[in-house]
Amino acid sequence: MREPGFTADGTWVGASVKRKEDPRLLTGRARFVDDIHLPRMLHAQFVRSSVAAGEITSVDLSRVRDVPGVVAAFTAADLDLGDITAVLDRPRSEFVPTAMPVLARDRVRFVGEPIAIVLAEDAYAVEDGLEAAEVTYRAGTPVLSEEQALAPGAPLVHDEAADNVLLDVSMFATEGIDDIFADAPCVVSVRATTGRQNALPLETRGVVASWDARAGQLLVQTCTQVPHVVRTVLAGCLGRPENTVRVVVPDMGGGFGIKCVVGREEIAVAAASLRVGRPVKWIEDRKDALTASFLAREQRYQARAAFDEAGRILALDADVLCDMGAYSCYPFSAGIEPLMASAEMPGVYRVPAYRVRGRAITTNKAPTAPYRGVSRPQYVMVMERLFERAARELGLGPVEIRRRNLITTFPYTGVNGITYDPGSYLESLNLAERVLTEEGWYERQRELAGQGRFLGIGYSCFNERTGYGSDAFAKRRMAVVPGFDISEIRMDTSGTVVATTGTMSHGQSHETTMAQIVADRLGLDLDHVFIQQGDTDRVAYGWGTFASRSITIGGSAVGLAAGRLGDKLLHIGAHLLRTRPDNVELSGGRVRKCDDHTRSLSYVDIAEVAYLKAHLLPKDVDPGLTATASFDGIGDGTFSNASHGVVVELHAGTGQVEILRYACVEDCGVAINPQVVEGQARGGIAQGIAGALFEQVTYDEQGEPSAASFIDYKVPTACEIPDISIHHLETPSAFTGNGAKGVGEGGTIGAPAAVLNAVNDALRPTGVELDDTPITPERVLGALEVRWTTR
Amino acid sequence: MKPPPFGYHRARDVAGATALVAELGEDAKFLAGGQSLIPMMNFRLARPAHLVDIARLGELSFLRRDDDRLHVGALTTHHEVESAPDRSVRGFEVVREAMRWIGHLPIRTRGTAGGSLAHGDATAEWCLLAVLLDAEIVTASPRGSRVIPAGEAFLGFFTTLLEPDELIVEVVFPKPAPHAALTEFAERRGDFAIVAAAVDLDVAGGRVTGGRVVLGGVAPVPLRVPAAEALLGAGERADAELFAACGRAAAEAVDPPDGPGPGADYRRSLVRALVARACEEALAR
Amino acid sequence: MDDAVNDKVLLSLDVNGSEHEVLVEPRRTLADVLRHDLELTGTHIACEHGVCGACTVLVDGAPVRSCLMFAAQAEGRGVRTVESLGRGDELSDLQRAFTEHHALQCGFCTPGFLMLAEGFLAARPDASRAEIREAVSSNLCRCTGYQTIVDAIEDCAARRRAAERTRSA
Ligand SMILES: Cc1cc2nc3c(=O)[nH]c(=O)nc-3n(C[C@H](O)[C@H](O)[C@H](O)COP(=O)(O)OP(=O)(O)OC[C@H]3O[C@@H](n4cnc5c(N)ncnc54)[C@H](O)[C@@H]3O)c2cc1C
Ligand code: FES
Ligand code: FES
Repeated sequence: MREPGFTADGTWVGASVKRKEDPRLLTGRARFVDDIHLPRMLHAQFVRSSVAAGEITSVDLSRVRDVPGVVAAFTAADLDLGDITAVLDRPRSEFVPTAMPVLARDRVRFVGEPIAIVLAEDAYAVEDGLEAAEVTYRAGTPVLSEEQALAPGAPLVHDEAADNVLLDVSMFATEGIDDIFADAPCVVSVRATTGRQNALPLETRGVVASWDARAGQLLVQTCTQVPHVVRTVLAGCLGRPENTVRVVVPDMGGGFGIKCVVGREEIAVAAASLRVGRPVKWIEDRKDALTASFLAREQRYQARAAFDEAGRILALDADVLCDMGAYSCYPFSAGIEPLMASAEMPGVYRVPAYRVRGRAITTNKAPTAPYRGVSRPQYVMVMERLFERAARELGLGPVEIRRRNLITTFPYTGVNGITYDPGSYLESLNLAERVLTEEGWYERQRELAGQGRFLGIGYSCFNERTGYGSDAFAKRRMAVVPGFDISEIRMDTSGTVVATTGTMSHGQSHETTMAQIVADRLGLDLDHVFIQQGDTDRVAYGWGTFASRSITIGGSAVGLAAGRLGDKLLHIGAHLLRTRPDNVELSGGRVRKCDDHTRSLSYVDIAEVAYLKAHLLPKDVDPGLTATASFDGIGDGTFSNASHGVVVELHAGTGQVEILRYACVEDCGVAINPQVVEGQARGGIAQGIAGALFEQVTYDEQGEPSAASFIDYKVPTACEIPDISIHHLETPSAFTGNGAKGVGEGGTIGAPAAVLNAVNDALRPTGVELDDTPITPERVLGALEVRWTTR
Repeated sequence: MKPPPFGYHRARDVAGATALVAELGEDAKFLAGGQSLIPMMNFRLARPAHLVDIARLGELSFLRRDDDRLHVGALTTHHEVESAPDRSVRGFEVVREAMRWIGHLPIRTRGTAGGSLAHGDATAEWCLLAVLLDAEIVTASPRGSRVIPAGEAFLGFFTTLLEPDELIVEVVFPKPAPHAALTEFAERRGDFAIVAAAVDLDVAGGRVTGGRVVLGGVAPVPLRVPAAEALLGAGERADAELFAACGRAAAEAVDPPDGPGPGADYRRSLVRALVARACEEALAR
Repeated sequence: MDDAVNDKVLLSLDVNGSEHEVLVEPRRTLADVLRHDLELTGTHIACEHGVCGACTVLVDGAPVRSCLMFAAQAEGRGVRTVESLGRGDELSDLQRAFTEHHALQCGFCTPGFLMLAEGFLAARPDASRAEIREAVSSNLCRCTGYQTIVDAIEDCAARRRAAERTRSA
């Protein structure tokens, strides 16, 4: 009954079993939101603002309603919905809550902001309708940069946020830090900016809303990472009890964070559907997804670090400013990026003194949401640049200076008050270096330098905090605090198990990996285990999938629930086998007597008693085979870690950065399914490379976004992303039910730093250093040509 | 991103196609592979009232040699040219090799030579090749047929000499160009070039006795660069030094746009590198 | 708007070997007709301007973007979609290679890559890894980083060649 995928010691956990998700995805039988067809369904799109800042002076939809096929069109006034407001439990001096209306009322704050919703019989007619809308504006002056936002007397994006600042926190400020900088033998600084990016799941956002008259429920089928959160907000905005809303998530084509916030379009579509009494579908088109959805990552760092002569870091001082765009996302708020950066910037290093100021500003650009890694790709990049720069100043090797500063004894409580569980920081760096050394890249670099070619080698070391529990999120002072997860497990009369999870897989393979956990706990074949997710009526309240929390927290809950179900099976089995409870065990889908393996009962036998012959159950056991468990993150969570080593060549004629070698040494504790872990790492690294070298959304002076198509927004292809070798280390987590650490974001976190360091290593002969991303060929060539012209 | 409405008509022959477009008026367009027109319609940047689908005009899909000349039918796809056997493109390898720069395989299986020329993108490989090799663009319209020299075909940004009801029938490359090459650079595989450079060298006894240099991405139309060509006409030794000088001359001669996206200086640098590279590749053929 | 222009046309399409008749506006793309009129929702849409390749299908055996083709243009041609791969519950060799190599995560891009590879390998059974990578660069995947997609296609091609050799031996 066990398959080849099984590990040698007979467990599912640790085996690269084929995914349960795959057959339907490979045959076209999966069901994504846009695959849903309902009778009488209408198609929605949005009239969107064409100006970045201004007052709406009129909205005339009368011609829209005359377009053939158009059924209805509504403005904010027509639908009269509550606002979406993300709140932090912080004083107003630190955080200013701002409301995001579902449809813009009298003011618009970015190009693409939804103003009206149009419903039509098909997806073509609805676009004809949009063209007939007439909106007039009194355009204001848009605020589009840090300079413009913070200038005295700048126009305000939100009247309540004076200075256009939504969050301003100063943290840690170790006593005497100024003296440390004054006395230190070596002080280096980095100013870096990172480009505004789009998380860009290949499936855009979408929703189908319909009224289920029999259940008296609004059914909202949507691709969200956080179904329960969407239900809560929907019910709030619509002013109806939560039990009358059901959110169901079908198959989902990626999310990467953009789908873990509540979008205003979902709410408008639901309201419009209720209004017209027909199902309504909205599928975001790519143009809107690129310009009017949630973006991320536009940050500016001004950081300095003090070092002693031996290259040991003495202090870190950083000013972090994040351009969060026009609105605060729900539930995380505009504080998400600066708070993450401020709290965690010291990372894997022993930083004795730390001071940080983190700010979120609001501008007339599309709003932002968490995106895979949230600030960590940026602050890791800045930290790693600081170390490289110090190494140059002190004449140390870039790897050596890191070795002298990495945390090596655990648990370690940092200057930022976070306690790090054991990891393999030093070991992973050493291994990454060894891989590149043994392959001869350093020799190759010397060789090519002789020919006037530019080869560079770069590293990054980082950790990834995962499994944030309620306590950890409470430290962020969110008004709603995510953290725990609940799992309910049920065995039916055929001996098949269904376990629910409040997490929401959208590519991460949870239907497989969580089933592996359950199968082991119950001694069951994987084919008999099913994971159920993404239905607020069938799954207990859960926080969805983000922040690499699914396996650590969701997986732990599932494991605990399975354990409880196992106890019940043992209890009943022992009773039916007429033996002591401690003389039975679970294996191969049976309860066996320990002292006599020939005596056993199959789960089907036990299920039959539990459901169909309940009179045979022990007196202290309830009928049925169900169990429930919850799990919450422990302490500060658990930290996976990795080191990346990269080799690049810069091409002199074009400035092209070619990645010749990419090695990733990762440690995520127990890998439930190594192939899935590698997939997460590779995919994450690809996104990190995209941010380092290719992708950016810019705006012209009017606030018009530059990239409305894939021609301009340069998602890299197979020719730009290199093959990546993955090397596993394993430091099991003591804080999760299965020894696993989260692994969803690491690749993305480490890649920009490693690539940037490699590029700068290659640029060494030019004396130019590039600290801003994306590093386009144009900028590389500029750097290379500086050298030519100054010669 | 759904296209606006239009009337769909399928042409049976060349005369019928042009007559129909003439009759339907200004807002009627030919539809060939659709790889330029349909994306623009999906963005609603183009809104023809009528499309006359010419894809069934099988007689316009061919690759033919007559003596020295290479004839490419307007409906021949990029992919058909890319997969052409050696003998049919002998002396014109540059045409076949240039195809791999056009987008990606699924674009090339639909997009056509005629559509590319009619679309008139200044970085389009077909437009550069036509200007480089002095091609003749043969057209048909209700007023008869005519031959447009490629050098005169491109008037400005996506604007050609074609009348709305004028159909490209074929493009004719008049004489072999054994030492020609096209190269380009884009940030990402398959993208339209930031800068494309095509050169055609006359080589004799290790010396370059004449040549042509055509650039895309530096002007609204494919641009010949006489200043660079002059260097190639002086009978100098065919070596890296000459090619580098040619690249520099081309870079100095152009005045690329400095709009959004890659700046003028960068484009000029690319010209320098790519012209030199194209020369090397042309010589190596 | 000119009403004559909105007239629907009756199309007869050969999809996966069977004939289908649909009455649609001429502006309907092949992608939309496949997905919404024929309910073959395996073909996906993720850009509608020809770059992502999620909508890739085979037309007369060649991979094309079905978002850049009107259904009317497909009349008289043979269209193949992901639903034609494999038989019933049995995966094709290419699909098996994808699952074995973990060449899909969210799976949204997968039908496009499968049809791209199917068309590409039919024409180029001997393609090198570099050539396969180049072909794979036709489509976008945001999850995998592409390496395992290249692995899967390369492996499938190698197995097909091996099978071919034993057949002819
Ligand atoms: C993602 C993507 C990437 C691309 N990359 C490149 C690239 O790198 N380089 C490149 O050159 N192109 C590129 N293209 C465009 C592609 O090459 C097109 O195929 C080509 O530009 C137009 O050919 P078509 O047959 O598709 O023409 P269509 O799109 O059908 O028509 C284009 C225009 O030409 C007119 N027309 C078509 N045929 C004729 C004719 N015989 N006579 C008169 N007028 C005619 C049409 O009315 C229309 O105005 C790309 C396209 C896409 C979608
Ligand atoms: S949807 Fe057709 S290429 Fe993207
Ligand atoms: S697997 Fe998600 S986009 Fe490719």
